[in-house]
Amino acid sequence: MANIKIALAGNPNSGKTTLFNDLTGSDQYVGNWPGVTVEKKDGILKGDKNVVVQDLPGIYSLSPYSLEEKVSRKFLVEENPDAILNIVDGTNIERNLYLSTQLAELGLPMVMAVNMMDVVKRNGDKIDFDKIAKALRCEVVGISALKGEGGIEAAKKAVEMARRDVSEKGPGKLPDVPHVFSGSVEHAIAHIEESIQGKVPARSIRWYAIKIFERDREIIKKLEIGVGEMKHIEEHIRDCEKELDDDSESIITNQRYEFIQGLMSKALTKSEIRKNKATLSDRIDRIVTNRILALPIFILSLCVMWWLAVADGGPGTILTDWANDGFLGDGWHLPFTTHEVDGKDYETASEEFAKAEATVKAWEAGEKKASVEDEETGEISEEWDIDEAAYNAAKEVEEPDPSQFGVWVPGIGALIGAGLEKMGVSETVASLVNDGAWGGVATVLGFVPVIFVVFLFLAFLEDCGYMARVAFIMDRLFRKFGLSGKSFIPMIVGKGCGVPAVMAARTIENERDHRMTVILATFIPCGAKTVIIAMFAALFFRDMWYVAPLMDVIGIAIIVMGGIALKKSKAFAGEAAPFVMELPAYHMPTITGIWRHTWIRLKGYILKAGLIIFPACVFLWFIMNFDFRFNLVGEEGIDQSMLATMGGWIAWLLAPLGFGTWQGAAASVSAEIAKEQATATLGLVAANMEGASTAAHVTNLFASFVPACVPEASKGAVAKLIAMSFMVFNLFIPPCMVAIAVTFREMGSKAWGWLAVGFQLFVGYTLALSIYQLGMLVMGCGFGVWTAIAILVDMFCLWAVFRPGKKVEA
Amino acid sequence: MTLNELEIGKTAKIVRLNGEGAVKRRIMDMGLTKGTEVTVRKIAPLGDPIEITVRGYELSLRKDEAGKIEVA
Repeated sequence: MANIKIALAGNPNSGKTTLFNDLTGSDQYVGNWPGVTVEKKDGILKGDKNVVVQDLPGIYSLSPYSLEEKVSRKFLVEENPDAILNIVDGTNIERNLYLSTQLAELGLPMVMAVNMMDVVKRNGDKIDFDKIAKALRCEVVGISALKGEGGIEAAKKAVEMARRDVSEKGPGKLPDVPHVFSGSVEHAIAHIEESIQGKVPARSIRWYAIKIFERDREIIKKLEIGVGEMKHIEEHIRDCEKELDDDSESIITNQRYEFIQGLMSKALTKSEIRKNKATLSDRIDRIVTNRILALPIFILSLCVMWWLAVADGGPGTILTDWANDGFLGDGWHLPFTTHEVDGKDYETASEEFAKAEATVKAWEAGEKKASVEDEETGEISEEWDIDEAAYNAAKEVEEPDPSQFGVWVPGIGALIGAGLEKMGVSETVASLVNDGAWGGVATVLGFVPVIFVVFLFLAFLEDCGYMARVAFIMDRLFRKFGLSGKSFIPMIVGKGCGVPAVMAARTIENERDHRMTVILATFIPCGAKTVIIAMFAALFFRDMWYVAPLMDVIGIAIIVMGGIALKKSKAFAGEAAPFVMELPAYHMPTITGIWRHTWIRLKGYILKAGLIIFPACVFLWFIMNFDFRFNLVGEEGIDQSMLATMGGWIAWLLAPLGFGTWQGAAASVSAEIAKEQATATLGLVAANMEGASTAAHVTNLFASFVPACVPEASKGAVAKLIAMSFMVFNLFIPPCMVAIAVTFREMGSKAWGWLAVGFQLFVGYTLALSIYQLGMLVMGCGFGVWTAIAILVDMFCLWAVFRPGKKVEA
Repeated sequence: MTLNELEIGKTAKIVRLNGEGAVKRRIMDMGLTKGTEVTVRKIAPLGDPIEITVRGYELSLRKDEAGKIEVA
């Protein structure tokens, strides 16, 4: 049997995606937010392999103005689906039928599935399907997509209609399409139909005629109607416009709605009791978008997300620690099985052992003081005096065995290490597996908990309908710098991770707002960048508590000023998009819905990140450990490695920023794999510096960057300046590779992708350049060519932000 | 009077739509046509946009868009 193609069309928020999932069983993103489905998706109908269901973007009309509408129109008109399955929200039927009248005119077999019938019934309303079916010349069935009721039957009906249509249709037999317009308009349309006969598929001739009546430029151009012919058609249109005192586009829209209103007065019986009663959704909305309460509630919900995802002691952090140190690292204790040994829990015991180890090591090295460092930042967290007695006592301390403290589950990292040891592989192979391959995988997986929590929370907010209200609340503020209310969520998500932030921007329908949000969202320092900030704050800015929050402030400032500057630029100039947005009714999301929604995004992240980070980490390991003759150089000989050589190639680019050495370049480039990699790489490339600890190595590395001309007294300050320049550079240049890859995809074309990355590179470089050059100037280190360039570039930026922009009509 | 001047809680009928192109079409597609009754529900906490009820559902639009809709 021939393949049958069914187009699934309907308004946003009509339950279209839920129905699509029911019909095809495929994983599919669902959202209670206008305009969620941007791409077209198809799937095979459950139980009938010969039927393809095509999910079209949610649209309100078949006008030629928005991207979604153009995509849907093109599919319906050019790809000849065999039938249309039109899903309609039964609780909001009047506006939903507006699209249905347009779909019906295409002359294709159509089944209308009136969704949310369970809610309609509960409300006590009645809808007369027969009257609608008669008026719109299609089949009408009631379904409840969320409960999985009636969807398949509706689809099967559409298949049946399509098959009958193929077998019965003889040549010249035209489909029965509804006539919804008044006499004079119908008259003009009849004339237009006459003049385009033969140019368009016979069954859709009415749809084309109406589009021409509306003066739809796309259709008129496509049909290549001659000037003389058009002049004749134009006369008929003008007659109508004169008679009805309106433009043709408005006439059509008005009469469609008038027709629907007339139909509804006969087909819809609203429950008398409910007519004046506020629904639960109304009551919720009265509180959450209340003039006084709206902002506090909004901020509270952000705080909740914040706490869930990244706050100390929140579930996100606990899960992350467990993932990194336990599941992927050494191992973890099963909860509720732990107990104390000798009055100490495992943590205290291992801390004591670490201190004892440090004491032994320091004493044997002839030191009088021992210290332990924080693993992540390299900061010395504790320091104490030692003597021989302490040394002897420390030698006695044994490493605690975790399995004595409870049920111990070894981590994957530990298992791999143990396995490699058992196999007796060479040190190089062990290092490749441990530091290269496994390190890469662990980096990706280590971020999964935070991203999972963020996605879960977002899914809840979107599915329950609050997200549209966020846009409603924030629009005023964001419009000031060229964005829309919908840009806010991606930026909040960006605090956790830039990848979901860029993906979250997809809910912005307007292309320009969408692109600007994608470019700007990743300037908010993400979780991985926080690791860089923590390291530098600990090593260089301990007496400047404000450095860490300052980085967030800089990120926000870039978004505000960048938004203003971009809005005034040529690439983003043009007519402002309408912000006419439906505020969907609140409803309790289903667990399966939220789970599906979260899982799709999480899967996307893991695949994307895995495909990019894994090979990148292996490559980094390789160039760090070998020189160009493929000799193994090891950690000691890192300045002979390919990494050092390659770093040297691009170091000159960074010279005006103060850290133009192979070490600075290598750390910055490796930070593009994953931002927190910068700290690890710095530790490795500084290993040959003087000092006893990684912290000392890195501090000395930056001291070695200070130019010779700087007087001894200001050397410390200049080292700090270079550290600041390095940190800012790495925070505000383009985000990590994964985020860049996602940016390219979301920008839609290579040119736009390069524009985004170019802009980000410009911002990061300019900031670091200004900090270093102007800082040096203030410290009296002279005025050079680069000082002048820095000042000129800064002046250009100020001009781009503050120049008078063209007044844009909203 | 235009829609952005209508007080919260008040209902009025659309008399005329000004403007043209994408914005006007979008407004009409959403059901804001001549003769339709609209009720202003609320104004966003920062003073813009506004929320209205039209044809039984909630819609938000910016004040300058509402300014193109004449009501009585």
